[in-house]
Amino acid sequence: MSLDIWMRENPLTYVWIGSYAVAFLVFAVEIVMVKHKRKITLQQVRLMHDVEQVEQE
Amino acid sequence: MAINWFKYSAPTTFYGLAGKLVPWFAVASAALFAVGLYIGFAVAPMDATQGEFYRIIFIHVPASILSMFLYLIMAGYAALGLIFNTRLSAMMASAMAPTGALFAFISLWTGALWGKPMWGAWWVWDARMTSELILLFLYLGFIALHSSIDDPRRADRAAALLAIVGSVNVPIIYFSVKWWNTLHQGSTIKFSGTSMHIAMQQAMFTMLAACWLYAIAVTLARVRSIILEREKQTKWVSELPEVAQGEGKQ
Repeated sequence: MSLDIWMRENPLTYVWIGSYAVAFLVFAVEIVMVKHKRKITLQQVRLMHDVEQVEQE
Repeated sequence: MAINWFKYSAPTTFYGLAGKLVPWFAVASAALFAVGLYIGFAVAPMDATQGEFYRIIFIHVPASILSMFLYLIMAGYAALGLIFNTRLSAMMASAMAPTGALFAFISLWTGALWGKPMWGAWWVWDARMTSELILLFLYLGFIALHSSIDDPRRADRAAALLAIVGSVNVPIIYFSVKWWNTLHQGSTIKFSGTSMHIAMQQAMFTMLAACWLYAIAVTLARVRSIILEREKQTKWVSELPEVAQGEGKQ
């Protein structure tokens, strides 16, 4: 069955999977990336902080 | 009691404020998405000519509006950073670019999904669509240019120029349907009124509000990481509880 026929027989599935699922997947990926960036940045800052403390001691 | 807003223009104070605001915006956004989807799919009636396919507009229109507004705000922040040399403005511009790019992508993607059953084509080189594609490239150019320069202050200045010059594209996107004979339809909602069903309007504006809140939450969360990265040499960062206490605290 071609996509043209399928989309006309299942318009709501087409709208949901094609548009909303993709949009929310994009949002989910962005949230994961933001959280990962935060985690990595905090690790780098803590590492610098620990090195400074060791040097002071 | 008057609030001194300039106090929050410093990364030191803005970092804490952003951290407090992110959960509120995130929860409100999730709630509005749920309400918007409910109205859009359960309450709003089927369109007489477009059938169920029209329901794509509840994500397509908010994504398109956000992609344009976020670019203008990003260019505004970039200009502030360039003119007044304010650190936070440049950081905000950098934090907004990926979110704006994603909204531009969603706008193009959902537009193609709508175009196929309505026009019989995923893509046409229509003025509105082409200028929106250029907007996506401008976002990507901003991100690429910024990350290609090692010195953050020089990167801010170079990317700011691109953002400011590129902002001329936003009115072109908006007015393209008036200036040229385009396949893309004009605005359905105007200041003079609309023929749109009330439930359709409610769904669209609720989804628009949800997208705004999502964009604010993500931008604030991202700018916190940028502030930490840029200010890692400073004393206030090393005194932050999440830095001083080590692992497990984010």
